[in-house]
Amino acid sequence: MKTTMKTTMKLSALFAALTTALLVAPTAQAADTLAKIKASGSATMGVRESSRPLSFTLGGEKYAGFHVELCTRVLADVQKALGLPKLDIKYQAVTSQNRIPLVQNGTVDIECGSTTNTTPRQRDVDFAVTTYVEEVRIATRVDTGITGIAQLTGKNVSTTTGTTSVQLLRKHERANGVEFREIFGKDHADSFLLMATGRADAFVMDGALLAGLISSAKNPADFRIVGEVLSVEPIAIMLPKGDPAFKKMVDDSLIAMMKSGEMAKVYDKWFNQPIPPNNTKVGLPLAEATKAAWAAPNDRPVEAYVKQ
Amino acid sequence: MNWDWQVFCRETVTGDVIAGCFGSGGDVTYLDWMLSAWGWTVSVAALALVVALFFGSLMGILRTVPDRRLVALGTAWTELFRNIPLLVQIFLWYYVLPELFTPLRELPSFVLVVFALGFFTSARIAEQVRAGIQSLPQGQRYAGLAVGLTLPQTYRYVLLPMAFRIVIPPLTSESMNIVKNSSVAFAVSVAELTMFAMQAGEETSRTMEMYLAVTLLYFVSAFTINRVMLVVENRVRVPGMLGAK
Repeated sequence: MKTTMKTTMKLSALFAALTTALLVAPTAQAADTLAKIKASGSATMGVRESSRPLSFTLGGEKYAGFHVELCTRVLADVQKALGLPKLDIKYQAVTSQNRIPLVQNGTVDIECGSTTNTTPRQRDVDFAVTTYVEEVRIATRVDTGITGIAQLTGKNVSTTTGTTSVQLLRKHERANGVEFREIFGKDHADSFLLMATGRADAFVMDGALLAGLISSAKNPADFRIVGEVLSVEPIAIMLPKGDPAFKKMVDDSLIAMMKSGEMAKVYDKWFNQPIPPNNTKVGLPLAEATKAAWAAPNDRPVEAYVKQ
Repeated sequence: MNWDWQVFCRETVTGDVIAGCFGSGGDVTYLDWMLSAWGWTVSVAALALVVALFFGSLMGILRTVPDRRLVALGTAWTELFRNIPLLVQIFLWYYVLPELFTPLRELPSFVLVVFALGFFTSARIAEQVRAGIQSLPQGQRYAGLAVGLTLPQTYRYVLLPMAFRIVIPPLTSESMNIVKNSSVAFAVSVAELTMFAMQAGEETSRTMEMYLAVTLLYFVSAFTINRVMLVVENRVRVPGMLGAK
């Protein structure tokens, strides 16, 4: 059966119409997460698989971490406020690429991973008050003798695709007129492997993630975190956009924890005590920037922070 | 859904919108970056295709010669590269082989991906070439030998001209597949379109626009190959030969 000219034209017109409809579709409605949680008796928490110690998997659908614990406490407060007899928490593993779309479309009610609060992202999601201020550092093997970013000129530097560190390195190269060869790992474990096997001389990433990966490496003594702080980034819990009631409840719960000293205790538990899966310590003392963020709770994006 | 197609005109470091959408004097817009990533995709695909056609044709021919050892060589090659997933092969080339053969460590990941993708596709091309040769009547080979041509000459002047014309459609599919499979190169840090889509989508929070543009470029690349091969097929067609209209 030969496709006639007319059929082809009809199909093309249909295709064009579908594409146009898709491209000019109306905007989504604002979310009402509290009503959804009350109606279904369950909440979905977005979690990361390997962002130790902020949010990571223990295997078999169990997740743990600093932000996971904070979110569990926040959801307990939500449960009390809504007067629910029980609240079922479902965990949804997310990646750097899909975390924002999943919050936007309502699959995830509250994302508790390691997301930086930035102005472009604030167009699509809301952020709770900053709970952790990340400092971007450099991790190297001790035998490379690298002690700062100045020595990275011409070297291989690894970082993870889809993170803010990629753009940070680009900005640094442009600002200081240096050139280094960037190698992109597909996730944090991969980027660390690139540095550990020698393909890269340094791994640039958030200090907490670096410390977490080093502490769970085969021989942690071979690695160290060096150099100045390259960037200060507020890490916050992500919430659906345009839901002021839910955001207020989450913020209030977090601020209460900050004021009562609970936040500091939870921080100490995850950053300075032995934690699963292999009972090692991450060993990151509380940074001044994080203390300041707790003393004056805010949801300012990274662009509002002055680079040190 | 609010669309922001102007994101392509933004500069990648400062985020300012640049008039004309192409950066100059050190400025790089997302459009520049996407075109550069497209260049990488096309380069990986083209070089891998050359490697695949060369080794694939060679191994396919070897599987049809009378010598049992050469047949075994061709079969071993084909089965080895056909039975391992592409992504696993790429990781083997990038992480495992450089541990075993230290000279490989010096090679950039681009070269390793070209080999990995090329050898993976060569196994499939070998099968197609073998099928093309074996679909010819036995008489062709014997007629060639009877007329006084050596076996290599019989292949060169009698068998391969017909066999290759027969397998142009499957070879077109393989060429298009190489363009699409090149997207796995992102896993070993080749700055191609898929990595651009992921990274730029993350930086600008405009994942829809980025992925749609990248989809369009992949489609255009694969479709161009399709049309080029159609022209090739029509130009090399010989009336009266197998596969001709």
